[in-house]
Amino acid sequence: MSAPLRVLIVDDEAPARSRMRDLLTDVGSELPVMVAGEAANGRDALRAAEGGGVDVVLLDVRMPGMDGIEVAQHLRKLEPPPAVIFTTAYDAYAIRAFELHVVDYLLKPIRAARLQEALLRAAPSGSSKAEALRDLQQAPRTCLSAVERGKVHLIPIEDVLFLRAELKYVTVRIAAREYLVEESLTRLEQEFERRFVRVHRNCLVARAAIRGFERVDAGSGEGPWQVVLAGLEERIPVSRRQQHVVRELAR
Amino acid sequence: MARSINHNANTGALPDFRNFGILLRILLIVNGVALLAALLQVNAVRGWLAQFTENAALVEPLLILSLLVLAAVGSMLRRLPYALAIVTIMAIELALTVALHYASRALFFVEAHSLPRWLLIVALTTGMLLVYFDLRGRALSPALAEARLQALQARIRPHFLFNSINAVLSLVRQEPRRAEAALEDLAGLFRASMADNRELTPIAHEIELCRQYLDLEQLRLGERLHVEWHTEKMPPDALVPALALQPLMENAVYHGIEPSDKPGVISINIYAVRDRLHVVLRNPYRASGGHHAGNKMALANIRERLQLHFDVAAELTTRVGDDTYEVRMAMPYVKAKPS
Repeated sequence: MSAPLRVLIVDDEAPARSRMRDLLTDVGSELPVMVAGEAANGRDALRAAEGGGVDVVLLDVRMPGMDGIEVAQHLRKLEPPPAVIFTTAYDAYAIRAFELHVVDYLLKPIRAARLQEALLRAAPSGSSKAEALRDLQQAPRTCLSAVERGKVHLIPIEDVLFLRAELKYVTVRIAAREYLVEESLTRLEQEFERRFVRVHRNCLVARAAIRGFERVDAGSGEGPWQVVLAGLEERIPVSRRQQHVVRELAR
Repeated sequence: MARSINHNANTGALPDFRNFGILLRILLIVNGVALLAALLQVNAVRGWLAQFTENAALVEPLLILSLLVLAAVGSMLRRLPYALAIVTIMAIELALTVALHYASRALFFVEAHSLPRWLLIVALTTGMLLVYFDLRGRALSPALAEARLQALQARIRPHFLFNSINAVLSLVRQEPRRAEAALEDLAGLFRASMADNRELTPIAHEIELCRQYLDLEQLRLGERLHVEWHTEKMPPDALVPALALQPLMENAVYHGIEPSDKPGVISINIYAVRDRLHVVLRNPYRASGGHHAGNKMALANIRERLQLHFDVAAELTTRVGDDTYEVRMAMPYVKAKPS
């Protein structure tokens, strides 16, 4: 007999988690499963899945703070990534998208038989699903995530001072330190267009963090502009093509 | 209680002569007729306004007197069979015309106008107005039926229904008694949403509905949902359109409580000042909250039904603060008739 499937239950509503526990018990007679943990929000879900002790995550789509779609994107960075099965009571948009991208989902109230089917089918979310999840994301994510030594670090987007593309990574700078994430700068610019402004071909800075602009050669009153960011010694050069940003933002 | 009101609303379409919208319509129509009459009387457009002023001196006193009398006896008239009420109004108008005719001759020595001619004009205008209000009433009753249908569709979001059923299912094994209570609440809500919602209903009944709804949400949301009721100054016999409150409560939970992982407070304040009933509902609100669609529909629906019942005498306004959302509803304080 194979090792039981380790399942993590993620839902912000306590009764929904309790119902899922009951269902897993019912399924248990046919399929060896064990509840590896429960979480009421995305952050706790990531912490719980981090140790690699989770095979399948039953993930509620609609949760306060970080929604299920975003949690799934961060979960994908775990090694090995757990399989994700979304659960939702009713969300016309999400259901249409799930169908379109052949993403596993269960409708609440969930039947034991349907749950069992989904668990049997559950496969680690492959790379093909990354695109699907990005399409599903309706609002910008609340956090970026970086992997370091097998741990997933969540970087709240409001802490980010600037994003700079270098080769195949993007450097994410917060006040205390910096992270490397595997993302595309163009995509980040689209997703967070209200939060960041492009000052250079390879750099987006947080609008809220801009403290001012100064000339590289302060004495002459000429030369290219650079951005002064809150709490940061480093100056970010503004490229010739983005000079108009200085006029728009320096009031 | 609600039965008798429904009964009254359906027999004939005698307008409520105390309603501001109705009064405005009567004033505008009668003056329009006077304006038209003046145009017919004069030979050239030049004398039109002068003729209107002359007519107005006769028309306005009668008009204002009529409105006062009708406002005074209106509720009595509405209790009569429609045909009898029509005859009574006609009699009142003709009597007023005769009275005014002799009064003005006695007091101001105004040259007597032809009384039969005036009686005919008054009778025709009154008849025309009554036909107009009858037609308008007929035109609005399908609108009420339609509004009821919309209310049915707009209310009880599928999201709420399926989540609630899921929550009840979670209780069935461990806490069967709470599951029973929750199912009873759910049944109550559905009964209300499928009932004939065209009539006005006592506000106490609406609040009971809100409590059933909130009990169900409490089951799911637990500590996150706090509700503060301020109903000390609420007259429990006030009548409101059916399902005027619960959808607002649903909006407050959906937009104010669900998108936040922190506990939030919904406050409801209901009170009467003089002849008006006020409902103020506040919930926490974050502009960046995830939920968006669906809010406008419930508000538009309630606003429409308020208008169908109270015309311009009722209003519904919303205000977005820094971190709160506020809905204010005001309508005439209509008392339920003791059954």
